[in-house]
Amino acid sequence: MQNRNLISISDLAKEEILALLKRAQQFEKNPNQNILDGKVVGSLFFEPSTRTRLSFETAVNRLGGRVIGFSDASTSSQSKGESLKDTIMMVANYADLIVMRHPLEGAARYASEISKVPIINAGDGSNQHPTQTMLDLYTIYQTQGTLDNLTITMVGDLKYGRTVHSLLEAMRFFNPRFKFVACNELKMPQQYKEFCKKLGIEYEETADFSEQIINQTDILYMTRVQRERFSDLMEYERVKNVYTLTASMLKGCKPNLRVLHPLPRVTEIAQDVDDTPQAYYFEQALNGLYTREAILCRALGL
Amino acid sequence: MNNQTKKELAVAALQNGIVIDHIPCSSLFKVVNILGLESIEKGITIGNNLDSRSMGKKGLIKIADVELPKEILNRIAVIAPNAVINIIKDFEVVEKHKVELPENLIDIVKCNNPKCISNNEPMRTQFHCIDKNVSAFRCHYCERIVSTENVVLK
Repeated sequence: MQNRNLISISDLAKEEILALLKRAQQFEKNPNQNILDGKVVGSLFFEPSTRTRLSFETAVNRLGGRVIGFSDASTSSQSKGESLKDTIMMVANYADLIVMRHPLEGAARYASEISKVPIINAGDGSNQHPTQTMLDLYTIYQTQGTLDNLTITMVGDLKYGRTVHSLLEAMRFFNPRFKFVACNELKMPQQYKEFCKKLGIEYEETADFSEQIINQTDILYMTRVQRERFSDLMEYERVKNVYTLTASMLKGCKPNLRVLHPLPRVTEIAQDVDDTPQAYYFEQALNGLYTREAILCRALGL
Repeated sequence: MNNQTKKELAVAALQNGIVIDHIPCSSLFKVVNILGLESIEKGITIGNNLDSRSMGKKGLIKIADVELPKEILNRIAVIAPNAVINIIKDFEVVEKHKVELPENLIDIVKCNNPKCISNNEPMRTQFHCIDKNVSAFRCHYCERIVSTENVVLK
């Protein structure tokens, strides 16, 4: 049987990514299709994540399937000391597919090795969140009409932000140019810069979030700078304001530029950006529904 | 007894078996562990802090009348990347080769990431060698990269 799990974005070949995007397009046209009729999906959220869980459960419902599961580990028998293995073995008896979010890194990979039903990783600690990457790719494709030859500027927390790392990896097939904008503390890790070098992907690194950079950009990918990443709170206050996007900074941008953000946003995108034609983060979140519908169908081979 | 004879005694000849040479002194007992030598009932000689021309000091293990598959012996490359395996038959070295990092390390190394599932569930660890030249491994589960200097054995 073909491997139907989705654990890490790097597991997907270019053709598989493109096929998923095509499928998502069909769901965008018609999100309500009875494809999962009679199927039960286990939704195991060992740590709370409202946005991802609601998006997945909506996707299952719109496809006519049913959901069992929990939204918080304290309501599962994990709180009684049950191992992940036992929980997965048990749920795999009941469900046709398992969607899981877990605070520990590698939990989804391990689950996929012991489960007899496919596993979709809805986030494992700070490691992987492949369905977020797929919705990012879908949004880029939707707004630019292509994934090829784009200039993508990533701003904010490039050190810990798993979404930017996965997006960078997934874009390797599409000849991108990257601009990494971050303060010294939150720079893109060496490992990913090496990855770019090895594949001949052009990138530029700067601490200066300038209009000059924005004006060369097709996709402006903003991320949240989290206070807990800083040992020096003064430094946090400074950085937080330096990497804030305001509507006036978009004055000279390319007409096709779109601003993306994995959400939740705090201060890194000023409210006045919401009213510009470049703001696209809420549509991006909606795309999570279509791409997750496509991913659910792929997992079940439907 | 002069020094030369002492040295010869320290590396006394083996009729049949395996000699593992050029083990870093600090790794010697870890090598013993990885190979599970405590459960082998044949003659085993373990030497440490022996003089070595190339390393200054070295560790050495001789196991009599035993054949170990390459896959098992290669495991020690994680902590003794320059170790040399000598296969002895009738007092002659019939085969001599450096250990080679295996593609996959199953249940040998512990992941350094406390938030890795492999440190929180009763399960086997797994690492993939990503670069034989710099001896770096990626955890199969949390995908973190560990280099040989930071390796912790399970």
